[in-house]
Amino acid sequence: MIKKRYPRLFSLLSSLGVTLLLSGCDFVLLDPKGQIGVEERSLIITAILLMLIVVVPVIIMTVVFAWRYRASNTKATYTPDWSHSNKIEAVVWTVPVLIILVLGTITWKTTHSLDPRRPIESDHPPLTVQVVSLDWKWVFIYPEQGIATVNELAFPVNVPVRFEVTSGSVMNSFFIPQLGSQIYAMAGMKNTLHLIADEPGVYHGLSANYSGHGFSGMKFNANVISQEKFDEWVQQVKQSNATLDADKYATLEKASFNNPIERFSNVTPDFYDGIVAKYTHSSGSHAHPHSEGKE
Amino acid sequence: MFGKLTLDAVPYHEPIIMITLAIVSVLGLGIAVALTRFNKWKWLWSEWLTSVDHKKIGIMYILVAFIMLLRGFADAIMMRGQLAVASSGAEGFLPPHHYDQIFTAHGVIMIFFMAMPFMVGLMNIVVPLQIGARDVAYPFLNSLSFWLFVVGVALINISLGVGEFAQTGWLAYPPLSGIEYSPGVGVDYWIWSLQISGLGTLLTGVNFFVTIMKMRAPGMTLMKMPVFTWTALCTNILILAAFPVLTATIALLTLDRYLGTHFFTNELGGNQMMYVNLIWIWGHPEVYILILPAFGIFSEVVATFTKKKLFGYTSLVWATAVITILSFIVWLHHFFTMGAGANVNAFFGIATMIISIPTGVKIFNWLFTMYRGRIEFSTPIIWTVGFLITFTIGGMTGVLLAVPGADFVLHNSLFLIAHFHNVIIGGVVFGYLAGFVYWFPKAFGFKLNEKLGRIAAYLWISGFFLAFIPLYMLGFMGMTRRLNNYDNPAWTPLLYVALFGAFVIGAAILVQLLQLYVSVRDRKQNLDLTGDPWGGRTLEWSTSSPPPFYNFAKVPVVKELDAWWDMKQDGSADKVPAKYEKIHMPRNASEGVIISAFSLVFGFAFIWHIWWLVIASTIGMLLTVIARSYNQDIDYYVPAEEVTAIENKHIQVKQASQA
Repeated sequence: MIKKRYPRLFSLLSSLGVTLLLSGCDFVLLDPKGQIGVEERSLIITAILLMLIVVVPVIIMTVVFAWRYRASNTKATYTPDWSHSNKIEAVVWTVPVLIILVLGTITWKTTHSLDPRRPIESDHPPLTVQVVSLDWKWVFIYPEQGIATVNELAFPVNVPVRFEVTSGSVMNSFFIPQLGSQIYAMAGMKNTLHLIADEPGVYHGLSANYSGHGFSGMKFNANVISQEKFDEWVQQVKQSNATLDADKYATLEKASFNNPIERFSNVTPDFYDGIVAKYTHSSGSHAHPHSEGKE
Repeated sequence: MFGKLTLDAVPYHEPIIMITLAIVSVLGLGIAVALTRFNKWKWLWSEWLTSVDHKKIGIMYILVAFIMLLRGFADAIMMRGQLAVASSGAEGFLPPHHYDQIFTAHGVIMIFFMAMPFMVGLMNIVVPLQIGARDVAYPFLNSLSFWLFVVGVALINISLGVGEFAQTGWLAYPPLSGIEYSPGVGVDYWIWSLQISGLGTLLTGVNFFVTIMKMRAPGMTLMKMPVFTWTALCTNILILAAFPVLTATIALLTLDRYLGTHFFTNELGGNQMMYVNLIWIWGHPEVYILILPAFGIFSEVVATFTKKKLFGYTSLVWATAVITILSFIVWLHHFFTMGAGANVNAFFGIATMIISIPTGVKIFNWLFTMYRGRIEFSTPIIWTVGFLITFTIGGMTGVLLAVPGADFVLHNSLFLIAHFHNVIIGGVVFGYLAGFVYWFPKAFGFKLNEKLGRIAAYLWISGFFLAFIPLYMLGFMGMTRRLNNYDNPAWTPLLYVALFGAFVIGAAILVQLLQLYVSVRDRKQNLDLTGDPWGGRTLEWSTSSPPPFYNFAKVPVVKELDAWWDMKQDGSADKVPAKYEKIHMPRNASEGVIISAFSLVFGFAFIWHIWWLVIASTIGMLLTVIARSYNQDIDYYVPAEEVTAIENKHIQVKQASQA
């Protein structure tokens, strides 16, 4: 019986292990496809290694001390009144302080270099994509191309993208895990996030901040393609019969679940600013995207 | 007449809820019948419900905490179950409307109605005994605090059967929690259950702060206070400073929802970011309100069971004080992704990391207490060793999240969920459960079953790792929190493992219930007749188990840290006083129950917009408060003869057991 059971357990464990190893690329944060993501991955690894300097000894000491000084081991030294040692105090304060000094310095530097609003240095001029979260969908506006989409994002490889992120309803967080940082989408706020992809592919995007019943469906694909294909895609979107105007936006504002992809061949350049302004003016009546969009 | 309340508010069409309600009603009816059958209503009222004895109030707090642990855990199992089946487009068995209530309720219940009362309950039982006091500073206020907290519990449970609970996440961020996006009564249940129980918590803070500052036994200077009392002091300072912020924040949200103001709405100058800042200005200290007492418990446990003085008492105390202060300047690390500038993010990130220094020092202090000790592997020390390993990992992932650049990809992911469960289960829950086993004989006079206690501890620890290591990995796979369904097949196997881990924790909880049953059944074999079952070091072990209602016949005089150990060493522990004196004690009071009953009606009426009932219950509360302030018969003296009789009996039992 026992002989039989253990090999089965072993094979189960090993198959689980193999699955995990094979699915290494499922760990999207460890397999980033852009400069920001790559820097964040190395930051995570550096920070963990630094902390292991303390964490590993602590775990070993816990196990060793617990075993060695168990009550039944009467051979071990026993000092019931020993409760202070300047040397040990000095070490246990100094070592964490030193680690935090190093980690703090790294933090200060990387927080600035990875600041979401900091433009990415590149030979290519950045592409601007304006992102609006609604219940429960993403609207992407390409002001330079004059097009817009719902739940479909495309941009060229190796071109820095400047995302301007806001919300037309509640708070969300705009996040493409494999490319790096996320940022909150909030009504009346214009947040900026710079990302870049250095490999073509389809990257999963989502909202990382719960926003209501349809939140789980706020998914989109970020299609990273060559410049030529991107230009083609823009032309395709321009073929669409629909345009994004005040009326269309009013229907988009209505809550919907798992909204399908939509494409709009035309949108005014200041449409996005109108959506932001709707919530920034102190009296909401005169600053409507509906009116501004038409102007 | 009944505001928004109609018969449609009862969710008849939700089988899970209706079955739960049926079971609860049957249980409640059973208890009521039993109380009537054995003629125990009067006993329940005069011995327990109206008691102002801190020990009994503490026991009632922990009883409620355990019941709410079961409810919160049922929510957890449902969430894990949902995510195990809702893959590849499947909807699972919980539609968003129900699922979103469940994760909101799980968070609210586990923090406010499980962890908080467990902590306050332990503090109630232990702190007055540790400082050699006969009760807390304001015994009646203590009873009122407890019953206000019970009102919060009652409201959140009423929401199950009447109406709905919030679907906003446990911190109810606006604008989602505003009237425009959450027009139902769910958020109102959230508001009033937190507001009323929060008032109780604030009053507890006042009470214990004064108790610890003013009622310590003669000779017990601040630096001779037991570490648990020190951590309780710091926790109550945090409560005093942080809970008013919560009250004010929720009050502003209430104005938005009830009077149409625009503090946090999208329009008319409302600012949701203000809410997020305010709620975390309370929320981050809240984490330390929970964890500091757990640190205190581990300090007591580790010294007692290693038969050794606590290593580095002074640095432990200072580490606690530093954490108390720093916990107020780190709140922004909960939302680095909001878009603050790099300088702001870096400041809060580094401030957060600095907290890990005193926390790390504490861990070393416990380790060096074990070093060269004689460690007795009782259940509390198993919890402690489990804590040291688990919490260190949780601390590491916490510091990682404090690096803004790392948080930009890990924020709101399951990695974050794994992190805070790692510190809250591995730190807070393990600590409270260790304290529960450790002080159980003090409160009840007999020890818990050791074997089942160990099994429960091992199951909890392994269940924790099985349930949450997969979540750490899922965070790296880009899985975000609060998802109701998903279509990434790579996540499913890990979610199965997590569900299995939740079942292991469930088994641990069942073993604990069995342990309680077996321990009560076999209590005669495990009686603690000496009052000092573990060879303790602090004053709570100097009195009988359970202690007499006045705690100490003679107020102890403290000369050293570890006062009771010191008395045992110099032989003064067994000294019997020549004569006893009369003792001044507070009388039981029913006003706390009555005021709270009115506040339950008040909260319910507010939730359902039944305005006449709001007015009526307000008048009821005011009249009871006035009646209480004119009540002159609130205290009495225990005659010296009665004290002598009780003490002589204890001494006899103690000597018989030692002979």
